[in-house]
Amino acid sequence: MRKPLLVAALLVATPFFAACTENAKDGGDKAADARTVSVTSTDDECKVSAAEVPSGTVTFDVTNDGSQVTEFYLLGEDGLRIVAEVENVGPQLSRQLVVDAPAGSYFTACKPGMKGDGIRGDFMVTKSGEEPTVSADDQALVDTALTNYAAYVQDQSDQLVTKTEEFVKLYKAGDDDAARTLYPEARTHWERIETVAESFGDLDPLTDAREADLEPGEKWTGWHRIEKDLWPELAENYKQLTPKQRAFYADDLMKNITTLDQRVQGLDYTVDQIANGSRGLLEEVAAGKVTGEEEFWSHTDLWDFQANVDGARVGFEGVKPIVEQSDPELAKTLTTRFADLQTLLDAQKTDTGFTFYDDLTPDEVQDLANAVNALSEPLSQLTAAVLS
Amino acid sequence: MAAAGLAAGAFAAGRATGAETDARPDARAAYDFRGEHQAGITTPAQDRLHFAAFDVTTDSRDELVALLTAWTEAADRMTRGLSAGEVGPTQGSVNLPPDDTGEAIGLSASGLTITFGFGPGLFRDEDGKDRFGLADRQPKALRTLPHFPADVLDPEKSYGDLCVQACADDPQVAVHAIRNLARIGFGTVAVRWSQLGFGRTSTTSTSQSTPRNLFGFKDGTANIKSEETKDVDEHVWVASGADAKADWLAGGSYLVARRINMHIEIWDRQSLGDQEDFVGRTKDSGAPLSGGTEFTEPDFTMPGSLGHIIPDDAHIRLVHPDFNNGARMLRRGYNFVDGSNPLGGLDAGLFFIAYVCDPDTHFIPIQNTMAKQDALMEYLKVTGSALFAVPPGIGPGEYVGQSLFT
Repeated sequence: MRKPLLVAALLVATPFFAACTENAKDGGDKAADARTVSVTSTDDECKVSAAEVPSGTVTFDVTNDGSQVTEFYLLGEDGLRIVAEVENVGPQLSRQLVVDAPAGSYFTACKPGMKGDGIRGDFMVTKSGEEPTVSADDQALVDTALTNYAAYVQDQSDQLVTKTEEFVKLYKAGDDDAARTLYPEARTHWERIETVAESFGDLDPLTDAREADLEPGEKWTGWHRIEKDLWPELAENYKQLTPKQRAFYADDLMKNITTLDQRVQGLDYTVDQIANGSRGLLEEVAAGKVTGEEEFWSHTDLWDFQANVDGARVGFEGVKPIVEQSDPELAKTLTTRFADLQTLLDAQKTDTGFTFYDDLTPDEVQDLANAVNALSEPLSQLTAAVLS
Repeated sequence: MAAAGLAAGAFAAGRATGAETDARPDARAAYDFRGEHQAGITTPAQDRLHFAAFDVTTDSRDELVALLTAWTEAADRMTRGLSAGEVGPTQGSVNLPPDDTGEAIGLSASGLTITFGFGPGLFRDEDGKDRFGLADRQPKALRTLPHFPADVLDPEKSYGDLCVQACADDPQVAVHAIRNLARIGFGTVAVRWSQLGFGRTSTTSTSQSTPRNLFGFKDGTANIKSEETKDVDEHVWVASGADAKADWLAGGSYLVARRINMHIEIWDRQSLGDQEDFVGRTKDSGAPLSGGTEFTEPDFTMPGSLGHIIPDDAHIRLVHPDFNNGARMLRRGYNFVDGSNPLGGLDAGLFFIAYVCDPDTHFIPIQNTMAKQDALMEYLKVTGSALFAVPPGIGPGEYVGQSLFT
C-alpha cells in the first residue's frame, strides 16, 4: 500500500465526487461515443474536443502535449468546486478521467505546470434521462466517517500510551511473566492503527523493526528488541539484557510511542486514506502475521492479526454508508468476508488471548490465509468505491 | 533443420553433427564458447535459464582442475549443439549408460551459453583455511555478501563454491547443460542449489525489446547494453591491475545472484496509479512518469502535485546511476515460478543476476539504498543470495579459470 501522506492531505482537498482516474486506452469506436471527450493540454492551450455532452458517465482522455506536468479539472458552475480531477500527467503521457456528471454548467481546466487557475473553458452537460443518482447526504456521510475515524485513532493511541507505560514498567522491574502477558495486549493498540503509525517514516523503524530489517551495524530498538529479550528460548547464544540496557530500550520505546501519540492528535484524514488504511492493514496480515514472521520470538502473531483486522474493519465500517450508495454489492461482500475471517479468529481465542502461532496446525493457517485472501481481493476495490 | 548426419549415423537430427559449424540449422542459434570474455554476459539475453551452484567436495586441487577441464570440454561441445560426451546419447555400447543424457536430441544449440563462476568458498573454508592453495589470490571483493534489510535467506538457496549459468532459448537445452555438467562433477562437486528461470527480464542488446517482470512492468530499460562498449568496459569487466592479488580475474567480472520473491497476490491488489508510483514508470509504455517514451531519460526534478512526479521512493530514482556515483550494472535476470507456497501463493519472483566490475561499488551500496527506501521493497523478500567471481574468457586449448591455477 502507498504510505498515506497524511501531512500533505491537510493541504490538498481530495475531491470526494467521482474521481476515477485510469490510464488512457486505445479505443476503436470511442470517437463515436458522445460521452468521450479528448483533452489536449499544451503549455498554453487546453483543447477540449466537445463543449457539450449528454449527462451520464463521461470519459475525458487527457493527453499532455506540453513540456510540463499538467492537471485536468472538471469544476462546478461556481468555478470553485472540484467535481473531478486527474493529476500528474507527465509530458507526452495520457490519462483517463471517468466521471458521473449530472446535467448542469461546468468548467474544464487544464493546469500546465500545476499553477494558477488553469486554462478554462465552458462545459455543458445536457439532460439525457441517464442521470447518475447522487444523494445530497453524501457529504454528511463523509464528514461523519472522517470524524469517527480520527476519534478512533486518537482513542487507540491513548490506550497504546497507557498500556506501553505499564508494559515498560514491568519489563524494567524484571517482572517478566507479567510483561510477557501484557506485550501482545499493548501491541494490539499499535497494530490497530499500524498504517497510521507507519506513515511516520522515522518512528516506524525505531519502534517496530524486526531484526532482519536491519543493516549490519544498525542499532535495533523497539518492541521486537524487547520481545527477543523476553522470549530468548529460540535465540542462539543469547545474552539477557542487563537492567541498565533494559531501561534504555524501555525508555526509548516509551519516548517514541509518546511522540507518535502527539503527532496523531493533529491528524486529519480523507475518505480514501481511511479506505487505503483498511486495505493496508489486511496487507500487513497477509505479509507478516499469517506467516508467523511478525512475532518471531513470542509467537503472539494472532493478537496482531486480530488487531489489524479490527483496524481494517473499523475503517471499512466508517466508509460503509458511502460504499452502500456507490457499490452496495461490494459493501455486502466485504461485510460477509470480514465476518467469515472473524469466525476463524474467534475459534482461536483462549482465556488469555489467542493460540500461539506455533501451536496452529498447517490446516488452520491455510484456512486463515484463504480467508485473508478472500477478504483482501474485494477490499482492494474499496478506495475506488468511496471515491466514485 | 538440415543436420549433415554423416559421421555419427542417426545421431541427433537437427543438432549439428561434428565440428562443421556451418551445419547448424540457424547460425544465430549458437554463440562462441571461447573468446576474450566468457559468453553469457554481454550475449543478447536468451529466453531461459538454468542456474546451478555447487559445493566442492574434494580436497584435491588436481581433481578440481580435472573437473574444470572436463567441464570446459563438455560446455564447448554443448554450446555448439553437440552431445556432452564424445560418444553421444545413443551411439555407445549397449552395456554402458550413454555419455549424454539425450533430452536435447533433435534440438539445436538454441543459443546456449555456459558461464562459470568461483565463489568465496573455493578459496577459503568457513574457518578461513586455504582449501586449494588459492587463498592468496582471492579477489578482494569476493566474500559472502553482507546481510541486507529484507533478506530472509534460505541457506539451501544461497552461496556456493562454484556456479554455472546456462542460458538458452529452449528450456530443455539449458536444463540439459546443467544436468550433464552436474553428472560429470559427481565425486568432485555436488549441486548445492539450482534455479530455473522461464523468461528473461533484461535486455543486453539494443536489438532486443524490453521484456516484463512478474509485476507486469518492463524491466531492464536502462540496463547496460553490449553495444555500449565503453560502459561495458567501465562497469562490467574487471580491469587489469584493478586487484593486485587477483590479476587472474582481469577481463572477468563479478556475478551477483539474488532470488527475489515477490508478494504477487498483495502486489496485484495495488491500484495502477500506486504501482506506477512505486516503479516510477508507466505500466503501459514504460515511459518515466516525467514523460516521453520508454527510453526518455527520467527527469527526477520535475515537480508533481505532491512532491516530485517521480516519487522520492520510486524504484527507478533510487537505483539510477545519478544517485549511485554513476554505477551501472549489467543485469541478466529471469522470472521464476517454483510452483506455490504452502499458503497457496505463488512462489515466484525475479532471479536477479547482475555482472559488475566490483560489487563493493556497484552492488552493495545500491542494494542497501533500495532495501531501506525503495517503495517496491514492501512487495519483495530476498530468499537466496550468492556472489561469484567470473573468470575471463577461455582461449583455445585452455580450461575455464586456468589463469587462477597457473
